[in-house]
Amino acid sequence: MNFKNLIKIALNALQRNKMRAFLTMLGIIIGVASVIAMLAIGQGSKKSIQDQVSSMGSNMINVMPGGQMFGGVQMGNTSMKSLKLADIDAIRAQSTAISRISPEVRSSGQAIYGNKNTPTSIYGVNNEYLDIRKVSVKTGRKFTENEIKSAAKVCLIGKTVITELFGENADPVGKYIRFNSIPVKIIGVLTEKGQSTFGQDQDDLLIAPYTMVQKRILAIDYIQGIYASAINEQKASLAKTEVENILRAKHKIADDQDNDFEVRSQDELIKTFGSISDVLTILLGAIAGISLLVGGIGIMNIMYVSVTERTREIGLRMSIGGRGKDILMQFLTESIMISVIGGVIGILLGLGAAKGVGSIMNWPVEVMPQAVVLAFCVCTAIGVFFGWYPARKASNLDPIDALRYE
Amino acid sequence: MTKTIIEVKNLRKDFFMGEVTVHALRGVSLEIKAGEFVAIMGTSGSGKSTMLNILGCLDKPTSGEYYLDEVAVSGLTKNELAMLRNRKLGFVFQSYNLLARTSALENVELPLLYNSKIKAKERKEIAIHALEAVGLADRMHHMPNQLSGGQQQRVAIARSLVNDPVVILADEATGNLDTRTSYEIMALFQELNSKGKTIVFVTHEPDIAKFTSKNVIFKDGHIIKQLDVVDRNDARQMIAELPAVNEYD
Repeated sequence: MNFKNLIKIALNALQRNKMRAFLTMLGIIIGVASVIAMLAIGQGSKKSIQDQVSSMGSNMINVMPGGQMFGGVQMGNTSMKSLKLADIDAIRAQSTAISRISPEVRSSGQAIYGNKNTPTSIYGVNNEYLDIRKVSVKTGRKFTENEIKSAAKVCLIGKTVITELFGENADPVGKYIRFNSIPVKIIGVLTEKGQSTFGQDQDDLLIAPYTMVQKRILAIDYIQGIYASAINEQKASLAKTEVENILRAKHKIADDQDNDFEVRSQDELIKTFGSISDVLTILLGAIAGISLLVGGIGIMNIMYVSVTERTREIGLRMSIGGRGKDILMQFLTESIMISVIGGVIGILLGLGAAKGVGSIMNWPVEVMPQAVVLAFCVCTAIGVFFGWYPARKASNLDPIDALRYE
Repeated sequence: MTKTIIEVKNLRKDFFMGEVTVHALRGVSLEIKAGEFVAIMGTSGSGKSTMLNILGCLDKPTSGEYYLDEVAVSGLTKNELAMLRNRKLGFVFQSYNLLARTSALENVELPLLYNSKIKAKERKEIAIHALEAVGLADRMHHMPNQLSGGQQQRVAIARSLVNDPVVILADEATGNLDTRTSYEIMALFQELNSKGKTIVFVTHEPDIAKFTSKNVIFKDGHIIKQLDVVDRNDARQMIAELPAVNEYD
């Protein structure tokens, strides 16, 4: 029997039981649609995290204190104080691959203006930080050298803090606010960055000279982090190695000892978050895959029912010359048809759902063409796999018994 | 000399049911020539159904020889048997065995689907011809449930004709029908027979057997009698003689 006839027979058989065929398909439709939608959401979040991280500067290098172990004990506080301003000078002097570098100290607290106040964070940095983190000043100005040297009580302010303290469209440049108890003059407004993928409001901050935050707010002599950028992306890994070597030398760390700091490049950050969202994607995909499996079992169930119900038809087909192989192919075609038609509808529905979820929930979605192709192949495979046993049963029937079956 | 269509020599068929062996056929020899219209008769359990299954290449004999249109059937594989059924045999069943929710035409086309030599267009033409031959040309797009029992059996006969078989095997083909319709079906068989079709007809009704040209009577797995029908009934004539169904007029 040729392929065209097989398809025709299968379509006829499905048509005879439209509702049943549809309900059976529904299992596959839901399975495939959820796989496609879940993978799209998972991939979308991965991609948007990657975009975000690289928008922060893909040549960025970040040094954080800590990581030192003594006899298996993490040296909490002391090792958290391992970075000093001198480290920055050393890197600046010795590194060939670093173009900009800034310390970072931060404190959270209450920003107060008049009778309004809001919790926020203040970041103590230098002017280079703005370039490294791709932050720009919308109105007003950056810090002067003098302000940094003298730990001047000035700051740049983010949009969220302005809204909370001054109202939506106010221009706060030149005004004084208090951070905790310290009066600070606003000298500039930061360009809005919006929410990060991690749900963090990137405009809820104040930026001040590091000297000011260090001395007047935190009263510490160490720094909480170093941000630097390599000359270009290609030099990022070289810069990372250099920074690590310089700091090891500076901190007098013996060869067999671990670092008391941690250097991370943006690349790694991308990889880290990428692998997190990969896990998420796999998890979502696996859950959706289970529903696809259930759909497949549904097909098998219905095919068994169908074979039993059509025993006489099978007997007849055999008596008029249908070979076991023909009967096998007939039922296999039917189950493949159910799963493939269901799969195609499911793919369309899944794409629609991904788009819908994307626009309603404002989530990033990213449909991978591979996922679509894969879903299609899996559907065909499900049709073959779950159709095989019922079809096999049909083809092994004895024509005489089948014809007499009541 | 007319061609021998079916030749059976010393055919035996045993069924093993646990410890008991049932001898359904105990050495049967039979010869059916082209153009014959043979009724196989016998009570239940006489072996006539087993015989028909073997003649229909649906079952294999335990021993003995069977030649169908000069092909030795005994040595064939399952697939070769299926091919043989497709090319050389036509089946008509007691319960019609039409595919539900499938038009008469498609039902008749069915055997041709299993013959890859026949193209889709030819298939339809042949099926229409077969339906014309059984007088159902105007019903070809009807579904089985829109047809009467007699009409359904005609569709089944058309289906058995499409592959131009060497022999038509009918199993109690009139068993589900009333007298008048039975006679109509027999008239159709007689007409086909007069055009040269060889027909083997299993029945237990003596009056139906009267329409055939030869009766073979089975008992306990043996053929006990083979006789040519002398005073053969003409089904057309019998229908004409039936009382008219106008009692409610």
